[in-house]
Amino acid sequence: MEKFNTHTGLVVPLDIANVDTDQIIPKQFLQKTERVGFGVHLFHDSRYLDHAGTQVNPDFVINKPEYKGASILLAGENFGCGSSREHAPWALQEYGFKVIIASSFADIFYGNCINVGLLPIKLSEAEIEQLFKLSADIQLTLKVDLPNNVITCGELSFKFSLNEFQQYSLENGVDSVGWTLDKLDTIKAFEAKMPAWQ
Amino acid sequence: MTTSSPQTMYEKLWQNHLVEDAKGETPLLYVDRHLIHEVTSPQAFASLRFHNRPVRHPERTIATMDHNISTRSIKIDAAGEGAANQLRALAINCKDFGIELFDMGHKNQGIAHVIGPELGLTLPGTIIVCGDSHTATHGAFGALAFGIGTSEVEHVFATQTLRQNKAKTMKIEVKGHVGAGISAKDIILAIIGKTGSAGATGYVVEYCGEAIEALSMEERMTVCNMSIEFGAKAGLIAPDQTTFDYVEGKEYAPKGEVFSQAVVDWKELKSDADATFDAVITLVAKDIKAQVTWGTNPGQVISVDGIVPSPEDFSDPVEKESCINALKYMDLTAGTKMTDIQVNKVFIGSCTNSRIEDLRAAAGVVQQYQGQQVVKGVDAIIVPGSYRVKEQAESEGLDKIFTDAGFEWRLPGCSMCLGMNDDVLEEGDRCASTSNRNFEGRQGRGSRTHLVSPEMAAAAAITGHFVDLNSQ
Repeated sequence: MEKFNTHTGLVVPLDIANVDTDQIIPKQFLQKTERVGFGVHLFHDSRYLDHAGTQVNPDFVINKPEYKGASILLAGENFGCGSSREHAPWALQEYGFKVIIASSFADIFYGNCINVGLLPIKLSEAEIEQLFKLSADIQLTLKVDLPNNVITCGELSFKFSLNEFQQYSLENGVDSVGWTLDKLDTIKAFEAKMPAWQ
Repeated sequence: MTTSSPQTMYEKLWQNHLVEDAKGETPLLYVDRHLIHEVTSPQAFASLRFHNRPVRHPERTIATMDHNISTRSIKIDAAGEGAANQLRALAINCKDFGIELFDMGHKNQGIAHVIGPELGLTLPGTIIVCGDSHTATHGAFGALAFGIGTSEVEHVFATQTLRQNKAKTMKIEVKGHVGAGISAKDIILAIIGKTGSAGATGYVVEYCGEAIEALSMEERMTVCNMSIEFGAKAGLIAPDQTTFDYVEGKEYAPKGEVFSQAVVDWKELKSDADATFDAVITLVAKDIKAQVTWGTNPGQVISVDGIVPSPEDFSDPVEKESCINALKYMDLTAGTKMTDIQVNKVFIGSCTNSRIEDLRAAAGVVQQYQGQQVVKGVDAIIVPGSYRVKEQAESEGLDKIFTDAGFEWRLPGCSMCLGMNDDVLEEGDRCASTSNRNFEGRQGRGSRTHLVSPEMAAAAAITGHFVDLNSQ
């Protein structure tokens, strides 16, 4: 996993609540055995007017020219609900997103983001509303500083927090499997005490 | 805090599986059982190969083919090239890493969350994970069971553990008994209608109360299955005699003395009487009516004797906006009686409602219509959850009841719940579905899903609309 330190990027506002992982990456694109090839299908049903994905929907916010190259997604509440498919964060990442900001995330999606190095940031509803208002008026560029847990935009700043180990893992690009394999003796000791039925 | 403090069932399960809680790290939990399928595992296997790591406990891992298989043929190629590639990859991966696989045509094959319980792979007091959010189903046994992403699948493969932050706890008590004809699906939809589709995000919920205790194991599975649909990490029901009787004698369940000891341990799992929960929700069972979703998330649900709500019914601006969008997508007008909504497709199946009791319930409704056929203009399919369910149903003649009435009787699989195979709705189709998600495009781009019980789905197939079966 790549290390995450700071990121400065353009914000695209997707002001819809309860965006589920079926919307982020529909099921017909899950039939791959690799981790790549999902970005082009991100938000497929909203992004394209036709099933084949050949006609771009000009009204979908991500397709608007002013948001070309955006790398920070400002999203509505309960973002990423539904299916546990990690293909959703893969698709977001491959499209070019580095950071997702919302007032709340579904639990499984949030964990999946951390595990792939896509930074999910929770802000308060008031802060999210402020950012949506700002992004409606200007092309909003934010600087996301993970080590200091702060988002800045000119004079404005927003503090955020992550669980201690998740913060460490993202900053250091930790191989989480390797990290746990270093504790194999502890795991074996646990197994030795398990009841027979377990 | 000492271990003698009153604990919830979740806290007991957590404590029993805590391998390590090191400072500065996310707690490490032991995973007893890992269910895998073709869609969310290939990238995890690829990463194991890349790092030259083995699967630590292949015997704790079980694979099935379910998500994108054809329901018309057991041939691996029958559901298209993409599906076939994933199915072949699963077969190769299972062979190379020593994992038992229930592949096409195997007598144990079926939907992961149907076969786990029916084979006795699902046990109380265990942690069960799968790269699928409906893993919550197994919570019906008092197992802590939840869906995981592919990176976590890899972590479990390599270490048999998982890092998890502790969730908050929510008690959902359903007091008293439900009325005649009210199913487990109606109970869980009513719960989600009350909490909203994100009402339990950050929580593990425990269902309790007389109405829950009275449920069979299969009905409990239906309830726990949809825990994710209101955001819960997992759903739990305390194991009791109903649970022990169900597990005893199952193929993979412990036997003899080991089983007896297990039951002793499992009886300790229930929440202590004075345990405190972070949130408590109460429903009165007798007030629960047959439910039908009208919108595009499972929280947008109403009683079948109700009307399609109006945006004005919601004070919360987000809910109001969601209602406007949902009515547009669903092509519904506020005020329409739910029983006036016409459907043209019916799907009875999925890990929520494809077990033998579900099929018996649906067949019972078909029989109530005394020889009437699936109404002209409606296509109705029945997809059993597993080969064992299919065989059982056929031995009881249920398949004949369905096919005589004009339903299609298919082979097991996830099928139209998510439409990864060719069981997909067309744009504009309106489906009465016993599955778990009514998201936009879930069953096919531009298609409209109404979540219902098997009984309601069967009635909708015969009549072409939703029916208040209990007022007839």
